[in-house]
Amino acid sequence: MSVFHRFWDSDFAWDFRHSPVAVVSFLVALLLVLSALFAPLIATINPFEPGNLNLMNGFTAPGTQNAFTGESFILGTDDQGRDVYSTILYGMRISLFVGFAAVALGMLIGVTLGLVAGYFGGWTDAIIMRIADVQLTFPSILVAMLIFGVAKGFTPVEYRDQLAIWVLILSIGLSDWVQFARVVRGATLVEKQKEYVQAARLIGRGAMPILVRHILPNVLSPVLVIATISLALAIIAEATLSFLGVGAPSTQPSLGTLIRIGQNYLFSGEWWILFFPSATLLALALSVNLLGDWLRDALNPKLK
Amino acid sequence: MSGAQAKPDIALRVEDLKVHFGGKKRFFSGYANTVHAVDGVSFEVPAGKTFGIVGESGSGKSTTALAILRLAPITSGKVVLGDTVISDLEKEELRSERSRFQIVFQDPYSSLDPRKRAGAIVREPLELMKIGTLKERDEKVAALFVQVGLRPEQQALFPHQFSGGQRQRLGLARALSTRPELIVCDEPVSALDVAIQAQILNLMADLQKQLGLTYLFISHDLGVVQHICDIVAVMYLGQIVEQADRVSLFTNPRHPYTKALLEAVPSVHQNKRNRRERIRLVGDPPSPINLPKGCRFASRCPVAEARCHQEAPPLLEKENGHQVACFLA
Repeated sequence: MSVFHRFWDSDFAWDFRHSPVAVVSFLVALLLVLSALFAPLIATINPFEPGNLNLMNGFTAPGTQNAFTGESFILGTDDQGRDVYSTILYGMRISLFVGFAAVALGMLIGVTLGLVAGYFGGWTDAIIMRIADVQLTFPSILVAMLIFGVAKGFTPVEYRDQLAIWVLILSIGLSDWVQFARVVRGATLVEKQKEYVQAARLIGRGAMPILVRHILPNVLSPVLVIATISLALAIIAEATLSFLGVGAPSTQPSLGTLIRIGQNYLFSGEWWILFFPSATLLALALSVNLLGDWLRDALNPKLK
Repeated sequence: MSGAQAKPDIALRVEDLKVHFGGKKRFFSGYANTVHAVDGVSFEVPAGKTFGIVGESGSGKSTTALAILRLAPITSGKVVLGDTVISDLEKEELRSERSRFQIVFQDPYSSLDPRKRAGAIVREPLELMKIGTLKERDEKVAALFVQVGLRPEQQALFPHQFSGGQRQRLGLARALSTRPELIVCDEPVSALDVAIQAQILNLMADLQKQLGLTYLFISHDLGVVQHICDIVAVMYLGQIVEQADRVSLFTNPRHPYTKALLEAVPSVHQNKRNRRERIRLVGDPPSPINLPKGCRFASRCPVAEARCHQEAPPLLEKENGHQVACFLA
């Protein structure tokens, strides 16, 4: 039997097929990720290239012809004359890239510290977990803003726009490692009591190989769930930071930046600049979050 | 102390082993209570023999085993394997000697890493100790599988695809892979059903004959101990109360606790006369935190005298090799 067939027959795949919410969210998320991935092929223009923009196209309503240039845009244009449809596709690339990279960073830090805290215990554990607790008392967006501000202060002015994305990743990643650390620490505390860990000690394995080779593979399934839910949160965090004007630069607008621009014109009747990026962000965050929720239930046999 | 002059036929010698938990000064509550889990245990295991330790829950038999394996902290005393004092080894030295003593665990489910294939589990010790070439390791693992009664093809399976008995065979193969001088068996069959218990015990006995293994066998099941052990020690509340060879202990138990344990074994041959003579144990053992002054068994002993509550009886040899810690035995 092929690997695919074995997967198709597994409980996990059965569960997926029989959950309409999971299937729909998966399809929506897949569609959005693919369209972001292939943005250069399906977008009408590259909105990050200032030479492509015509200010005269500004504020064209969806589906109407521009009074000056006669061009029409499926989702309209913003104040700079950027095609909203194309800008959403390109903006989603930034949102998704920042989201994935920030979760990867948070996961790396959190899993490592969680393993170390859970396995060694004592002072190591106390110090790591107290830092985590203190960080948890602040809203994560505040922590991200703080890190963003400090990091921005350290980057030279001429590189700021280029480094903005990386600073975003760093600040969001550093603000959500706590979730991973707490869950991994708990799972490690359970695993390290098991006899296979003692057996590994008995053949003379050191602490690090035991952590990496034996404990890590056994604590990863809850990490997968948190990573999925964190992805939705990271995308929202990026949008929030960009909305507040501290995230992605306005020459490379992410979904959050677009929403900020659109919000300025909401009351003057140009609703589409706000509406379409918001709807995209909502669809993206919601589908990823629902997928994470389903994953958590599917991997928890007690809920069946 | 007689450190390096171990007789060649003694595989393991334990001298006055103590394992106490707690007792450290705490910031708020003064001194924490000390649990005397193992309190002065001494015995010798001859090479190629099976030494059994029996006792009820909390008697310290498993803690003794873990301390010998250096998985529980030793408070005082000495553990000598061959001519190496393993209770004195630290960190790197200890790690390099670890392959000389192995364990078969009680729980066949938690003792195997669920994410590793059976072959990799048995192979890991060989990899770690860099024994032989890759091909020789393949052959060694396949041979070990055959030796414990599994098929070499089963190396590709994951632990959850095996039955409880097969998992215990895997545990045995893993323990054997380092060619250890001592295998500690911590209730290796108590999680298995009776038919499988016999299979595993017979396998262990066969392997002992073939390879000259030495077992330290921890159990609460007297039937199992009688089946496989050459020498048996009975533990009560952290101390050995009686030790003798199998025949002597089972036919002529001297300590009232041993007598009570033996008579608690259900039997289909029991007649009415026997049942009337049966010693019944009432109540629980005293707490290992506040130990009684005299004999630890006195509070539950049917024949205890005033003296038993005042003085602790030493473990003395009553006849050839039969040691008992009781004034009245």
